[in-house]
Amino acid sequence: MINSKKKLVVIGNGMAGINTVEQILKLTDKYEITVLGSEPHPNYNRIMLSYVLEGSKTIDDIILNDLQWYADQGITLYTGKMVKSIDGENKKILTEDGLEIDYDVALVATGSQSFILPIPGKELPGVIGFRDIADCSAMLEAAKTYKKAAVIGGGLLGLEAAKGLVNLGMDVTVVHLMEDLMERQLDREASAMLKAELERQGIKFAMQMQTSEVYGQDRVQGLRFSDGSELEADLVVMAVGIKPNIQVAVQSGMETNRGIVVDDLMRTSVPDVYAVGECVEHRGICYGLVAPLFEQGSVIAKHLAGAETEGYMGSVVSTKLKISGVDVFSAGEFITQPEHTVIVAKDEWKRTYKKVLLRENKIVGTVLFGDVSESASLQKYVRQQTLMTDEIYGQLMGTGCSNHGSKTSSAETMADDEIVCGCNGVTKKAIVDAINDNGLTTVDEIKACTGATRSCGGCKPVVEQILQYVLGDSFKTSAKQGICSCTTLSRDEIVEAIKTKGLTTTREVMNVLGWHNDEGCSKCRPALNYYLGMINPDTYENEGDSRFVNERLHANIQKDGTFTVVPRMYGGVTTPEDLKKIADVSLKYNVKVVKVTGGQRLDLIGVRKEDLPKVWEELDMPSGYAYAKSLRTVKTCVGSQFCRFGTQDSMGMGEVLERKFERLDFPAKFKLAVNGCPRNCAESCTKDIGIVGNDGGWEIFIGGNGGIKARLADSLCKVKTDAELIDIVGSVMQLYRETGQYLERTSEWVERIGLEEIQKAVVQDTANRQALVERIEFALQQVEDPWKKIINDEDSRKNLFEVVTPSIV
Amino acid sequence: MIKNAEWLVVGHSKDFPIRIGRTIHIKGVEIAVFRTSENELYAVENINPHPKRGPLTEAIVSGHYIYDPLYDWKIDLQTGIVQEPDHGQVKTFAVCEEGEEVKISLETV
Repeated sequence: MINSKKKLVVIGNGMAGINTVEQILKLTDKYEITVLGSEPHPNYNRIMLSYVLEGSKTIDDIILNDLQWYADQGITLYTGKMVKSIDGENKKILTEDGLEIDYDVALVATGSQSFILPIPGKELPGVIGFRDIADCSAMLEAAKTYKKAAVIGGGLLGLEAAKGLVNLGMDVTVVHLMEDLMERQLDREASAMLKAELERQGIKFAMQMQTSEVYGQDRVQGLRFSDGSELEADLVVMAVGIKPNIQVAVQSGMETNRGIVVDDLMRTSVPDVYAVGECVEHRGICYGLVAPLFEQGSVIAKHLAGAETEGYMGSVVSTKLKISGVDVFSAGEFITQPEHTVIVAKDEWKRTYKKVLLRENKIVGTVLFGDVSESASLQKYVRQQTLMTDEIYGQLMGTGCSNHGSKTSSAETMADDEIVCGCNGVTKKAIVDAINDNGLTTVDEIKACTGATRSCGGCKPVVEQILQYVLGDSFKTSAKQGICSCTTLSRDEIVEAIKTKGLTTTREVMNVLGWHNDEGCSKCRPALNYYLGMINPDTYENEGDSRFVNERLHANIQKDGTFTVVPRMYGGVTTPEDLKKIADVSLKYNVKVVKVTGGQRLDLIGVRKEDLPKVWEELDMPSGYAYAKSLRTVKTCVGSQFCRFGTQDSMGMGEVLERKFERLDFPAKFKLAVNGCPRNCAESCTKDIGIVGNDGGWEIFIGGNGGIKARLADSLCKVKTDAELIDIVGSVMQLYRETGQYLERTSEWVERIGLEEIQKAVVQDTANRQALVERIEFALQQVEDPWKKIINDEDSRKNLFEVVTPSIV
Repeated sequence: MIKNAEWLVVGHSKDFPIRIGRTIHIKGVEIAVFRTSENELYAVENINPHPKRGPLTEAIVSGHYIYDPLYDWKIDLQTGIVQEPDHGQVKTFAVCEEGEEVKISLETV
């Protein structure tokens, strides 16, 4: 067979080239790939070199792709191979040592090198740049023998190098030509704060100094400045900028300027030759940061895979200084211009500074110092040029009221004794200590060790922030975590295995999939029980002993061990007869409190376990499922039957929906609301599915939540008929049943799956909607009322509810 | 082993199904009895060692551990010791099965 794959040759084994290759591999397998690298190492993360210098990481830690990866991907890798030129006419790449490599498509990713000032003495031993592993090793080596270091350049890289050298015990002076440090990323205020902080950390500065000469005999001995003054130094690091590596491009007759000139599809002037990364000049800009190369790589990958792409439009660059204890961030425009509206907050006591620049009310730039917890959201706003609103302002600048637990609380500025997990009383210090002492890396481990996040989970974002803060860049949210500590398998892997392997019981799942813990735990057993029932609604036998007590006993346990009984009240509507019955039973069984719930029903609180079956029997009503991961209530307003504003019969529709979908298991509790008009008296914006009647039909909202993680529902669609409404409600429910993670509320589910995906699945794709409806109908055929079932089942009545009476006492 | 202990017959074997807790009152003490998948019986005082208390009978049973129904604490039925990250201990009692009879000794183990 003829090899039909096209030959893709990548010149450069750095982050840009390999990231592009990775993105191509994700999209297509139509290329046979060869990579030529000049360094002897496999691909490593250049940004992390600062950590290698600082000593917090080794070179092995920052390897991105080891040799095995290249082998696994079928990539031919040449290391230590210098390319001479590209012969565009014959489509060959020529190396220094005489090799000729054919290509169909070539990718130039030669990166850049430190710009070395063209001054006398620049070639003296002891004068280096800060670009690669060799530079890094040279600095580590020099620090062993020498004392004094000068770093020329007060930009990002220079400061990181300086800090690294200070940590290595050297006496370091940063020489900077300008008045302000990092003047290309920071405004004057932030720059001054940065300088003060770095001085505290032991770095010295020689500002507004122009180096005219490096002097020394056999090795560098110092710098001489344009004003004639001198600075002794036995190591000089030049970090004044980068120079795109364009020799190969020049040799090949490619159009170059400062960098290799490319168009929006990253094409060079030579056909079928692309370029990416720091060697590139796009619309007049050469980028010296990582983020743009990912964006460029993605354009090339899509283009080469034959997918549609808009082209590269340039990047909004942002900066983060990688020095422990110094947090600096900037994005977009950062120097105040007359046309800007400026929001600024400076706190000299906490040493924080925050500036947000608006143009025509749009967020166009930011500078953060000391507290960068908002950097991710600000970067997004800047990129999208988001319109400033009261809400965003409140989130960024605080609104005056305390906002504990929200993402505005910064893990760093939080006091040690501040309670992070209010449910379990876990302080910040307890979490930080647990991370440091036990080497924890995931929220789950923190949960197991300290108890934080184990109850309501509302503090999870803060715990994540603390983890991120303590671990720095080694924190990875994507670390593989199973559904609980008994397994490393994810929800999707488990569901897939249940389907393909035909697993039928929780025990079988745990055995076949190699659970660490033979009988599982209180997290995975209820989850498996749900997944099995969802997949095989007709054949799966529900396992009561894998259910949480409430769902096993069909009532809500209270802290004194008594239970709450909630009868069903369809659409929140009851009758005087039913109320009378409820009152009679409550009196007879000594119910402590009768309470109206948030979902418009009656709680009968304080029933003894052994009385539950009798209470149900005498009520003779269906279970309200107040305890279940199931449809709880359908809250309604009065609607068109009585309300002068009502346009739709909300009580009627509420009852129809509740009767139709009750009793079915969901990943988590599920609440509906139906409103007769857009006044929204039944509060559909905080329900899993909220329905609002209007003059011509209904509007459906999904993913609302008023609980731990408050979220306003998203508008899914508008429908004209009741039948359509019921179909869409059913299909959303089934989609959630099939794709939701156990205990994941729809508010999280909608964000994870994406509103558009859900719209596609249940609104646009009517055939898919129909299939979902059929599956939920099938599942609905299997349900029965649990109260009635237990009343009629002597064994479970006895085993589950009665106290054992000893024969002899 | 407990010698000369006073063993009380508390029920029939079939009163104690696998992985479902049962409550017993003897001599003013409320006891939760669990049968594991391995067919071992355990008896503990039916008071949650959590400061807010509550029952244990309705716990989820996994091996010789239970996950308490109110706070999800993991408790070792063999020793009564609450597992990390929580702390505490619940009283355990000796329990045995003779023929079809289940017997408990109120002397704590």
